[in-house]
Amino acid sequence: MSITFDNVKISQGSFTLEANFTIDPGHKVALLGPSGGGKSTLLSAIAGFKSIDHGRILFGGADITEMAPAARPVALLFQDHNLFPHLTAEQNIALGIRPNLRLNAQEWETVAQAISRVGLDGLGAKTPAELSGGQQQRIALARCLLREKPLLCLDEPFAALGPALKHEMLDLVGEIVDATNASMLMVTHQPEDAIYIADQTVLVADGVAMAPMNTQNLMADPPAVLAQYLGR
Amino acid sequence: MAYRAQPIRPIHFVFGGSAFVLLLFLTLGTTLAVWARADVSSNLTVADWAAIKFSITQAFVSAIISIAVAIPTARALARRKFMGRSFILTLLGAPFILPSIVAVLGLIAVWGRAGYINSFLEAISQDRIDIYGFGGVVLAHIFFNIPLATRLILQGWMSIPAEHFRVAAQLGMSTSDISTRLERPMLRAVIPGAFLLIFLLCISSFAVALALGGGPMATTIELAIYNALRFEFDLSKASQLALIQFGICAFIGTIAMFISQPMKFSQGLDRAPERWDSKALRYRIFDFSVLFLVCGFLFLPLLTIFLRGIGPAFSLPFQVWGAAVNSVLVAVFSALIAVGMALAMSMLIIRIAQKKRRISRIMEVIGFLTLATSPFVIGTGLFVITFPFISPFSIALPVTALVNAAMALPFCLRVVLPAMIRAEDHYGRLADSLGMQTWARFRLAIWPRLRRPTGFAAGLAAALSMGDLGVITLFAPPELETLPLVMYRLMSNYQLSSAAGVALLLILLSITLFWIFDQGGRVEHNIR
Repeated sequence: MSITFDNVKISQGSFTLEANFTIDPGHKVALLGPSGGGKSTLLSAIAGFKSIDHGRILFGGADITEMAPAARPVALLFQDHNLFPHLTAEQNIALGIRPNLRLNAQEWETVAQAISRVGLDGLGAKTPAELSGGQQQRIALARCLLREKPLLCLDEPFAALGPALKHEMLDLVGEIVDATNASMLMVTHQPEDAIYIADQTVLVADGVAMAPMNTQNLMADPPAVLAQYLGR
Repeated sequence: MAYRAQPIRPIHFVFGGSAFVLLLFLTLGTTLAVWARADVSSNLTVADWAAIKFSITQAFVSAIISIAVAIPTARALARRKFMGRSFILTLLGAPFILPSIVAVLGLIAVWGRAGYINSFLEAISQDRIDIYGFGGVVLAHIFFNIPLATRLILQGWMSIPAEHFRVAAQLGMSTSDISTRLERPMLRAVIPGAFLLIFLLCISSFAVALALGGGPMATTIELAIYNALRFEFDLSKASQLALIQFGICAFIGTIAMFISQPMKFSQGLDRAPERWDSKALRYRIFDFSVLFLVCGFLFLPLLTIFLRGIGPAFSLPFQVWGAAVNSVLVAVFSALIAVGMALAMSMLIIRIAQKKRRISRIMEVIGFLTLATSPFVIGTGLFVITFPFISPFSIALPVTALVNAAMALPFCLRVVLPAMIRAEDHYGRLADSLGMQTWARFRLAIWPRLRRPTGFAAGLAAALSMGDLGVITLFAPPELETLPLVMYRLMSNYQLSSAAGVALLLILLSITLFWIFDQGGRVEHNIR
């Protein structure tokens, strides 16, 4: 489904961010730009954590501007604090099915399948502290998989991981997005991440989020603000 | 920016609101009740004004000395690594929950008429010193507050990044350069808050003034309130003094709230950063001399109580056990009430903060009101209100538990509120994006992050209540006692060695209660 920013303005202190464009359905989109440019703010607005001052956000034509975070068609992955440290891996995943953790046997079976899907068989009873950073993000991804939301939002989720591990995780994200027929929006400040996974890129800089462009074309012929960011 | 978008639900208003109403009733309501019951309006006498002046003077002097001693002590702990350092740090946390009457007993053993110091002075034919009066009150207050000040200032030292000291060493900065460039700016930021906090704690002092002060020259406001209620039954005077004390404390407390950083009780003070500048022998000698003297000052009285009390502790009179049961019951209930109120209030404060920052700030200040309120006036107010219905004696213990809970509330709030804010900051979004609802959200997302601080806060409240010699002195019928009251009565009859025995039991029970609550918060359990 398409995502439309209809004359959106968000302000936070003296900082303002404007967005006025539509992302077509079925794309994997990177939100790229310097830190402090407003990438995460835009993502927070979509997820319902930041209220917007002006305009509307539409999803598949429906206005989601006033919806509560959990009611939105969005599954979200942060850089950290994705898992409750006092719950086991499988409990953390189970929250994606029932937020009060009262699951029936069949639903627990679904959780086990999700763990297996992200390649962590047998680790369901571990707590996050007993897992590596990459494994923790896999568990969080498994939960996103179960929630089957049409839009997966990621806020620099793998910034703390090394290059090889990061590619593995990005591949997994790609598979999950394809398997659930979802779209993806990922905040990153690494151009190579955008090139690796995103077919479209939204440039966010100087308080403006620009309309999405084809990532390849964008990198081949960067506008001034991107060229400056890339150091070219 | 902190995220707090969850809506305020009726349940938050019901719990948080009733906690606030209860608190306002206990602080302002009871004062008004006492005021309203006053038959004649008596004016403050010369002696009352002397008490006000004494309170302020002794608090000022105590705070100055505590800070002055704490600065070199904290510096020594910040730049020396040695065996026993963490042991000293642990012991520095102890006086906070040490019953004041126990500390007074220990100080008398060292500084009193027949104490070590006077025996020594006599041996070298010098004049004896007198522990009673201004000097004694200040002595007891610096005994309590040097550890507190040291911990607060040490936190400041620890907040200087270790890298800064490395850069300083690279640049060849001397100890005095480091002092000017790194340490003094930190001290300027930390000391005003520490000073005001200690001033505040000293000004409303009761047990110390009761045991070591008294008389026209050494009476604090709190002691004057006690005298007015107990000997003159002058409700008008008591409420006037209470309002004056409230005014002074509220004024200072409000300033302190806005200039001081949050007090962190169990911050990691364990790792001292490497220092390359002050390795010279003279600095070492200075640091270790300071530590030696301060530790001697702090631990000798405690050690003496231990040595003198260990014998009598095995032959305590039977009445003591009844008092012990009373003390424990009061402590447990007051801990539960204090923590319950702190949780309910924190929940409401956090939710109001997202819409009305200023109102939430005022609510926070209200949470600290009891620091400025006289427990005697709270107690008297409760009796004045319930008197037509119930015999005061029959509710002496419940009233004590309630008053103690109110007195412990500021400390509980200081532990619970920041923990809840942190839990909301880290996991609130996640809980909301998963659609966790009110009860499941608290049980599964927030409470597990609060268990440890809540257990710690409950332990603090229980220990504070165990050691409290306050309201109970005013209202207890002769046959109803708590351990601090037994101690005080024994000390008044100069039965110091029995008192030392009771002191040991009291400390043991306080620590045990603290430990049980604190551990209770740490137990791992699976959530199903």
